[in-house]
Amino acid sequence: MLDVSIRKQLDHFELDVSFTAYNEIIVLAGSSGAGKTSILQAIAGLNEPDSGMITLNGKSFFDGKRNSLPTRSRNIGYLFQDYALFPHMTVERNIHYGLHKQTTATTGFIIEQLLTVLGISHLLDKYPHQISGGEKQRVALARALATEPDLLLLDEPLSALDEETREECQNELLRLHELWKIPFLIVTHSRLEAEKLGDRVLHLKKGLLVNDSRGTMKETPVH
Amino acid sequence: MDLSPLLLSIKVAVISTTIVFVFGVFFAHLFEKRLFWGKSIVESLFLLPLVLPPTVVGFGLLILFGKKGWIGNWLLETFDIQIVFTWTAAVLASVVVSFPLMYQSAAAAFDSLDNKLGDAARTMGASEWRVFRTITFPLAWPGLLAGLVLSFARGLGEFGATLMLAGYIPGKTDTIPMAIYFAVEAGKMEKATFWVVIITALGFSTILWLNWWSKRNLRRFASEKR
Repeated sequence: MLDVSIRKQLDHFELDVSFTAYNEIIVLAGSSGAGKTSILQAIAGLNEPDSGMITLNGKSFFDGKRNSLPTRSRNIGYLFQDYALFPHMTVERNIHYGLHKQTTATTGFIIEQLLTVLGISHLLDKYPHQISGGEKQRVALARALATEPDLLLLDEPLSALDEETREECQNELLRLHELWKIPFLIVTHSRLEAEKLGDRVLHLKKGLLVNDSRGTMKETPVH
Repeated sequence: MDLSPLLLSIKVAVISTTIVFVFGVFFAHLFEKRLFWGKSIVESLFLLPLVLPPTVVGFGLLILFGKKGWIGNWLLETFDIQIVFTWTAAVLASVVVSFPLMYQSAAAAFDSLDNKLGDAARTMGASEWRVFRTITFPLAWPGLLAGLVLSFARGLGEFGATLMLAGYIPGKTDTIPMAIYFAVEAGKMEKATFWVVIITALGFSTILWLNWWSKRNLRRFASEKR
């Protein structure tokens, strides 16, 4: 269970959100510049909120006392908007980057499963600039999940893809979520995508959550 | 023909480039994305030797490392090490004049990297050292190498500060630029010409190679963008 309640002063407004996520897909929707990515970054530890708290499965990431867990110890998966694949490493090395030197039988199995589900086994020896946008997206997903994270954060994961590939990838995301059973937090500005993917959709406007599609949220701060 | 100036020049340039590389990369990486009070002053100090006359740099080094200098005196009394009028002085002079080139190249190389790559590595559990070793350094390498080559070339050609600090002692501190100057002084034009040709060829091939290298990297980058 992911518990988030944070405040952070951004350039033009204050981010002020609280929500709880179980093993479901939560979509953070809102126009660009609404603070969606800042929320993901705060959860990942890539930026620090001014106050509040973030916990995942009882582990404190941030407690508001400037005492935050470094990103590397949070065990989360993060899919960046442009995938951030390492350009100087093959697909295989990208995917194995977060694994410990000794791969156990389970990790081997997990990687196999990821490669099969995402259909990228044939790309292992290629470099990121040699594969298509849709393939990059799948590789990035495999890389983010290979470390067996407790939470997956996805920043506009499908925005760079064409219509057809996007639909395929949406289905893959849903399938992976079925298999993984961890909270997925997806940022998007596409209403359609939000409705298709989200078990719950949180709408963000100028740093505030304005409404919750399913209405099961904790109190929404409305100022 | 005594080839010792060539060997000495290369020895001095190799050692000074190694030192400059380590410190240049270290400081450029340390200062990157870090804002602190006085940062631009420190950076200006780093780059100062680029615009100062070499004699001024040499004068400054003499004040610090001369036998009566603050550091020089201490080194002499504590370790019985004398810097001035030795080849170490030539290394020191080279380090100071070529450091700005390395620092600038390294800072530009680190600055051009996509921060997200490091962040991606961190989310996968990488320590800061691992991020540097596996992501930052290899991706910045073309820029770092350019700095390395420039520093080497600068170190090879260093004259003014070296003359002030190391003096001209044949067989001890006579690097190629020194040999040229004192050959001309003594009217030995043939000897001077020989060294001029050698050092020009060295410098020319360095720049030629550097141009080829940076164009190659541009092409590689362009193909990645496609």
